[in-house]
Amino acid sequence: MPGTMVIRNGYVFDPLNEIDGDIKDIFIKDGKIVDELKGNSLRDAKVIDAKGKTIMPGGVDSHSHVAGAKVNGGRMMCPEDRYKWVTKKTDITHSGSGNTVPSVYVQGYDYAKMGYTTVFEAAMPPMEARHTHEEIRSTPILDMGAYMVLGNNWFIMRYLKEGNIEKAAAYAAWMMKTHKAYGIKCVNPAGVENWGWGVDVTESLDEPNIHFGITPREIIHGLTEINELLGMPMSVHLHANNLGNPGCWEVTKNSLEISRDVKVKCNMDVEWPKTKIDPQRNQSVYLAHAQFNSFGGTSWRDFESGAKGIADYVNKTDHVVIDNGAVPFGPATVMTGDGPAIHHLYKLTGNKWSNKDVELECGSGILSFNYMKANPVHSVEWAIGLELLLLVNDPWKTILTTDHPNGGPFTKYPQIIAWIMSQKARNDTFAECHKWAQDRSSLGGCDREMTLYDIAILTRANPARTVGIAHRKGHLTAGADGDVTIYDFDPTKLEANNYTNIIKGFQNAAYTIKDGEVVAQNGQIMSVPKGRTFFSEPHMGDGLEKEMLKDVKEWFKYYTLGFANYPVPDKYIRNPSPVQVNKPLEAIVGR
Amino acid sequence: MTEVILRPKGIIDIMVEAEVINPDVFAGKTPSEIEQLIVWQGAKQLPLSDFFDVEGSAGSSATDTKIIVRGNVPRVKHIGHGMKAGEIVIEGSGGMHVGSEMIGGSILVEGDAGAWAGMEMKGGTLHITGNAGDHVGCAYRGSWRGMYGGRILIDGNARSQLGGGMSGGEIHVGGNVENFPGIRMNNGLIVVKGDAIRGVGAQMSGGTFVVSGKIKQLSPGFESIGTEKDPKIGETVLTGEFIKFTGDYALSKTPKGILYASKDANEEV
Repeated sequence: MPGTMVIRNGYVFDPLNEIDGDIKDIFIKDGKIVDELKGNSLRDAKVIDAKGKTIMPGGVDSHSHVAGAKVNGGRMMCPEDRYKWVTKKTDITHSGSGNTVPSVYVQGYDYAKMGYTTVFEAAMPPMEARHTHEEIRSTPILDMGAYMVLGNNWFIMRYLKEGNIEKAAAYAAWMMKTHKAYGIKCVNPAGVENWGWGVDVTESLDEPNIHFGITPREIIHGLTEINELLGMPMSVHLHANNLGNPGCWEVTKNSLEISRDVKVKCNMDVEWPKTKIDPQRNQSVYLAHAQFNSFGGTSWRDFESGAKGIADYVNKTDHVVIDNGAVPFGPATVMTGDGPAIHHLYKLTGNKWSNKDVELECGSGILSFNYMKANPVHSVEWAIGLELLLLVNDPWKTILTTDHPNGGPFTKYPQIIAWIMSQKARNDTFAECHKWAQDRSSLGGCDREMTLYDIAILTRANPARTVGIAHRKGHLTAGADGDVTIYDFDPTKLEANNYTNIIKGFQNAAYTIKDGEVVAQNGQIMSVPKGRTFFSEPHMGDGLEKEMLKDVKEWFKYYTLGFANYPVPDKYIRNPSPVQVNKPLEAIVGR
Repeated sequence: MTEVILRPKGIIDIMVEAEVINPDVFAGKTPSEIEQLIVWQGAKQLPLSDFFDVEGSAGSSATDTKIIVRGNVPRVKHIGHGMKAGEIVIEGSGGMHVGSEMIGGSILVEGDAGAWAGMEMKGGTLHITGNAGDHVGCAYRGSWRGMYGGRILIDGNARSQLGGGMSGGEIHVGGNVENFPGIRMNNGLIVVKGDAIRGVGAQMSGGTFVVSGKIKQLSPGFESIGTEKDPKIGETVLTGEFIKFTGDYALSKTPKGILYASKDANEEV
């Protein structure tokens, strides 16, 4: 019977149910987790013996650049990233290539081999939504969604400046539905619009930008309000101002404070599973790739880690989740909606650079990059990425990423896991890299070694909860999607000092199971189902939407495309899986 | 050293990709095993014996193995790709990518070589007695890190982008070169006995480039710092009087690239 199986006798790590390495059987029926299988179902089920192996829910990556115009820009700019990394086709898989920015097919296979089943594209400009969905629908196996960039959107800035939060919310809701977007991303608020005029916002969070006269603070606060007014699955996903500059950690901390007082409200029309720990998010802001936002010092000469400042703030409050955006060393391709930040990097390195202005919406930049152990700044960045995970006490506030492919490719996650699980792994890298890593961060003094339970939080349970997909992902409760990863190591025999085994163990899962079917086994792709596309459908009053659309149509004269061609047609969406938000309609209170 | 002789058979239409013609691969194999080695032709995988008659025997190691290609093979690519040791002699002209990414050993091409010969080479010697195509000893497209080590000798001419992104090693060209030789080079030595058209050392940040003939159009980012007679660069001694330049100032304010150009041939510079 397809999608029905029993996984026997494995050591299960399911943090949302507080299961920490218990030996348990997992049952899947018709692609969904169930409490037990009986009769014919049990007789016909595929049985996997997981004795002596480690079981976790399918991996969830909540921040990765894997689909869309800038990702493809990275591919086109870097032929040297491809010719030595080629993947042959098999009877069921497509050929492909690429190291830091693999082709869509290889991305799907590589994530699946590593035990991941769900990946969110971290930045989708509205005008590039079609391209993003084209790549999502070509990515095999993975369930995906994309966050829409709204932090420098003309309509959002205009409505927020006017103080018209209802219309701003109506616009955001309409944009989500129009472009089949999952959540709200805010990139260098106010600054990217300034970049259209060749400058950034650098003074403070209260510096008004050009023309709109709106400040980063007003945009962050406004978007957070809109997000919680609608009751979106994910909180606002923030890429803070002044990213990549020495001393930026303070701006980051101040940015996080802005949403401290906003009440969290997740208003999704879904059935929440009965997990031990509340599967609903409780953060009002999800900080992206915190490493790039945690630089200390005042210049590149006195550059140091600012991770402690960020970690202290996250520790003392309860409204922030961060992903770390680790730097595992080696080649990378940096790509972001933050055009000025990439230009800054270009001026520093002279590497290949590309920049784009996305009309009334946002911008982006791409740069080819290489993180070197001999480089003092890169070495500190490596340390910051790990500090952020290790200095934040509660693992439910952190998520493991490399901000793929900005810090490095996602295929290096096993290496990051080894560093946070093993002090010896860190010490061995200290010995190889520039001494600034030791001298200018607190990583050397940190003896914390994470457990497999922590890793399960950082790589599936917490990303799922943070982005609001824990009604079906990130745990093994009855009703959840039948996504299970079986790693080929015995957790009772795993030693932190012997960290090469950790790397090996996480590189290729023994089995990656999606919707109750084996998709990858020991580094081989076994089946290539089509994944789902998650997006949000927030509901707002018709009257408000009509009024808002009048404004949109009026300013559409500034776009290079016609209004009728703006929405993403349904046929672009692979296995559409919308989440109804604010339904039944809750009155939006005027203010 | 034992010899394996490959005789080309017939005319090849679609180019063949034969990185298996490599002492590392041949070592320890019988002629019939060598015949069965797989090469790509377009989307097809075919045995080497479809294109060559194989004679002789390989040594027990690559170092003991000499491969002689008896004839012209301009449509066979990647001969000696990544080879670590041993010897290859092509008694005729070679195709594209001869000795690309080679690490050690030696290749002699008794004729012309196609484009990308010695691409991203790390060690060993590649000697081409005739002319060579574009991108000899160059970085792959998109990369700014080319040849890291080894020696390339070209008795005849080379075309454009010779030694692009060079990070080490030496290239000596007996004849002329065309456009942008030594573009983005940051280390190593390139000596051109003949003339160059333009873009010599464009965006170079280190290394040394010598043109004993005329540079038709000098890159604008180079500054003359005097003249030198019979300069010596490492073990290479040049004869005659040279104008010495540093550059390329188009790339940085403190470039460490050195360009020598014959004083007699470049009077108007």
